[in-house]
Amino acid sequence: MTPIPMDSHALAMSVYSVLPEIVVVATALFILFLDVVLPEENRRVLCWVSFFGVAIALFCVFALGPARIDGFSGMLSRDGLGAFFDMVILTACALTLLMATGYSEWEGTHKGEFYSLLLLSTSGMMIMAKGTDLMTVFLGLETMSIPIYVLVGFHRGRLSSIEGAFKYFLLGAFASGFFLYGIALIYAAAGTTKIPVLATMLYDPRLAESPLFLAGVGLLLVGFAFKVSLVPFHMWTPDAYEGAPTVVTAFMAAAVKAAAFAALIRVLLTALPGMQPVLWKVLWVLAVLTMTVGNLSALWQDNLKRLLAYSSIAHAGYILVGLVSGDLLGGQASLFYLLVYAFMNLGAFGVIILLAQKEDDGYDIRHLAGVGFRYPALGALLTLFLVSLAGIPPTAGFVGKFYLFSAAVKSGYIGLAVIGVLNSAASVYYYLRIVVFMYMTPAAADAPVPRPPRTAFSLALCVAAAAVLILGILPRDLLALAERSVLSILM
Amino acid sequence: MSWIPAQLTGNILTVLIFLPLAGALLLVFLPKGKPRLLRDATLLVTALEFLLSLPVAIGLDGTSAAMQFVRKVPWIPEYGISYHVGVDGISLWLLMLTTFLMPLTILSTYTSVEKHVKEFMIFMLLLEVGMVGVFLAADLFLFYIFWELVLIPMYFLIGVWGSDRRIYSAIKFFLYTFAGSVLMLVAIIALYFHHYAVTGVYSTDLFAMYELSIPVKLQFWMFAAFALAFAFKVPMFPFHTWLPDAHVDAPTAGSVILAAVLLKMGTYGFLRLAIPLFPVAAVDLAPVLATLAVVGIVYGALVAMVQKDIKKLVAYSSVAHLGFVMLGMFAFNLQGIEGSILQMVNHGISTGALFLLVGILYERRHTRLISEFGGLAKGLPVYAACFMIITLSSIGLPGLNSFVGEFLILVGAFKPMPALTVVAASGVIFSAVYMLWMFQRVMFGPITNEKNRHLPDMKAREVAYILPILLFVFWIGIYPQTFLRKMDGSVEALVLRIETKRQAALSEAPPGETLLARYFDIRK
Repeated sequence: MTPIPMDSHALAMSVYSVLPEIVVVATALFILFLDVVLPEENRRVLCWVSFFGVAIALFCVFALGPARIDGFSGMLSRDGLGAFFDMVILTACALTLLMATGYSEWEGTHKGEFYSLLLLSTSGMMIMAKGTDLMTVFLGLETMSIPIYVLVGFHRGRLSSIEGAFKYFLLGAFASGFFLYGIALIYAAAGTTKIPVLATMLYDPRLAESPLFLAGVGLLLVGFAFKVSLVPFHMWTPDAYEGAPTVVTAFMAAAVKAAAFAALIRVLLTALPGMQPVLWKVLWVLAVLTMTVGNLSALWQDNLKRLLAYSSIAHAGYILVGLVSGDLLGGQASLFYLLVYAFMNLGAFGVIILLAQKEDDGYDIRHLAGVGFRYPALGALLTLFLVSLAGIPPTAGFVGKFYLFSAAVKSGYIGLAVIGVLNSAASVYYYLRIVVFMYMTPAAADAPVPRPPRTAFSLALCVAAAAVLILGILPRDLLALAERSVLSILM
Repeated sequence: MSWIPAQLTGNILTVLIFLPLAGALLLVFLPKGKPRLLRDATLLVTALEFLLSLPVAIGLDGTSAAMQFVRKVPWIPEYGISYHVGVDGISLWLLMLTTFLMPLTILSTYTSVEKHVKEFMIFMLLLEVGMVGVFLAADLFLFYIFWELVLIPMYFLIGVWGSDRRIYSAIKFFLYTFAGSVLMLVAIIALYFHHYAVTGVYSTDLFAMYELSIPVKLQFWMFAAFALAFAFKVPMFPFHTWLPDAHVDAPTAGSVILAAVLLKMGTYGFLRLAIPLFPVAAVDLAPVLATLAVVGIVYGALVAMVQKDIKKLVAYSSVAHLGFVMLGMFAFNLQGIEGSILQMVNHGISTGALFLLVGILYERRHTRLISEFGGLAKGLPVYAACFMIITLSSIGLPGLNSFVGEFLILVGAFKPMPALTVVAASGVIFSAVYMLWMFQRVMFGPITNEKNRHLPDMKAREVAYILPILLFVFWIGIYPQTFLRKMDGSVEALVLRIETKRQAALSEAPPGETLLARYFDIRK
């Protein structure tokens, strides 16, 4: 392939296509600089600087409009899907930073590297979501993952934090290896790593049925399965989620999952629809395993972080249900659900951060005894987020699941939808168990007093709660946006 | 309806659905420390709701089968989902039952609910939103939302304000009914895409679905999914095990609403959705469901007989009474279905009142064990008189409400299912046995327990919430025409729809086709 010359127009387009990433990375570097010059007691500013950086990036996403911008000779494309996930990831990051204002003060993470790692990881996610070349996707994946490994182990004095980080890093390294090897095999078979080119080549059965190519696709899927924690590639999830600083856990569950799913959706919907007849069986099995193992394991958890970790595994399964059919409705439902999931999951983690007194032992479910009536606002918020996670109307979680299962039913996978809804019914048990502790068990004498929420923290929770309710009652506009986003990659 | 302003006829149902929600929001801003104010405000909202529902009952044209007071607004038009509400002869009396019982129930909680009054009242009002919404929804998506909306407030009512094993019962209630209803959700989605495949239009509108002719094999599975959801809710034998637990552990107000209204959502679901949408499967499976209904009647009565706890006795009697409701429905004729609807209302009134009366006793003695009582009639004459009337009403004494319903059901069911009807009729006798025996042990005989000697009789407030119920016990018993004539149009149309759609669907079926062949292609 001859290199495409970069003229000034192409250069400008390339810059525009990654404008939010540039803003985020610049903020991250600025934070490192500030960290050196700022006196110790003014570190709180770092969090706000990061937040404003992300806010500007979010503004850029909207200012660039819905138009498709290809950059870097087709290595990367800011199309509808990319813009949608820019929005999801940056929103999740912004809410995380708002919650970090309080968290960092309580847990001592007001450090420059904490914020710059968070922002660098965010930039990696956005690149991953926009990559139209498998190499770019890999680049984004690594840029996202490496800072996250560090963040999981950020509480380096705590054993669980180090254990989680180590496990995540080791397994993550293997997954990256699988991913890269998959790309290599695909390149060997097809001679390209560009996703749109692969899509056109796959109409040739000689390629689609070649063992080399199939092995490559399989390895690629393993890499994805690890990042979105599909069973049986989920082993790291509970430990990493439990050990990580809780704001990072919330961020991982919302944003890492969104970014990995973004790339997966792009690959499945554009490059591999020709392989759908083969692929659906694999995805079907993965979806059923992920939902069932995730939910059944969550039933026995007493640690809230582990419980939500297993619940996040189960949710990856639900999203996969929408993707089995590999059609427009499924893609659209997944997009909708990923944004909704970011809100409800960040919200739930946020309330739990406030209710837990300190890291490590603060997250036992029994600590919640009686808090529902004592702190009505926090109780009501957590109940709302849990009800939404359980998929009960009139919340956004219900609408999301309704469309995910609709996509499966529409394409004739009724059995899968039935397994999905039964799983959803089983999940109600453990979500309600939290509610039982909050409202139906008497508080212990030494019941913990929640941390006094900062204004920014409260704002994050209110935004999440409002989103869960509004998207549950008036989902129309977001559904339409998700549809346009998926259509932009199908064209 | 000409005397009602046109603006009102279009919006009154919307007002009925959202007035309790507005009340709940209002309560959020009232001070926690003033329980009396919270109670009065809730009473006011629910009483206003009842008054606003009266024009619906008066204005509804009983000769017409059409949905009335309709309001249809696009909600998610890309997917054919709309906010579509209406009322007809099938839903009218269940709506009225709900709005009528709510203020009475609230009145009963003035002394029985002491802790977390604010939250209690908010949940009661949210419950009313869901209940009213279920009976008025004319869109499947909307129906499902209201259907699930009911679960959460009831879960809290049982789990927070209940007794003994409240947490176990609350979770059991939630999981059983939720597990049943998620399968209905899949069936709704499948129906939605079937509608699209046939007509090319996305719609969740109930009346669009009514017009579909669904292939019989598909009908079987969809009917099974809907029927399972509703059978859990009714509850039909053998899906009833959550009911005694929920009833026993729920607070009085929760039991009243659970028995009077929530169970009716299941029977209403059969009449509104499962039967008219899938008539072929419904008629073919009627023997199975009618048999389960009759098993429920006999089983419920026998188990009620040996209960030591009055509330549990009433709970099992509900299983038996709802067996009658189901039996009448699956007769598929005018008498059976009208009797079935009337019996839903009757059961709501009688069992609701029984739970209220047991609650009055519980407030005085903090026990519900039959063996703790005896000879109460001497000290509490007013209470005993009320209890007697309600007991007789529950048994089905001629001249009182339940007699009319049960009679119509038995008349309707006799022709298609004579053997089952004979067995069901024995349930009437059983119910006399357990109710009268219980009444005798509680009210008559010598006072064996000293604690019962100086119990105060019913107070004015307590009489105030029992008296309106007694009025309807006699009204329905003596002049049921008021209620039946409002149903005629809708029920006649339903019977006709079942028959014509069944004939149309089976017009090409070979004569003598067995059900195994029809649904599973299994031929000898």
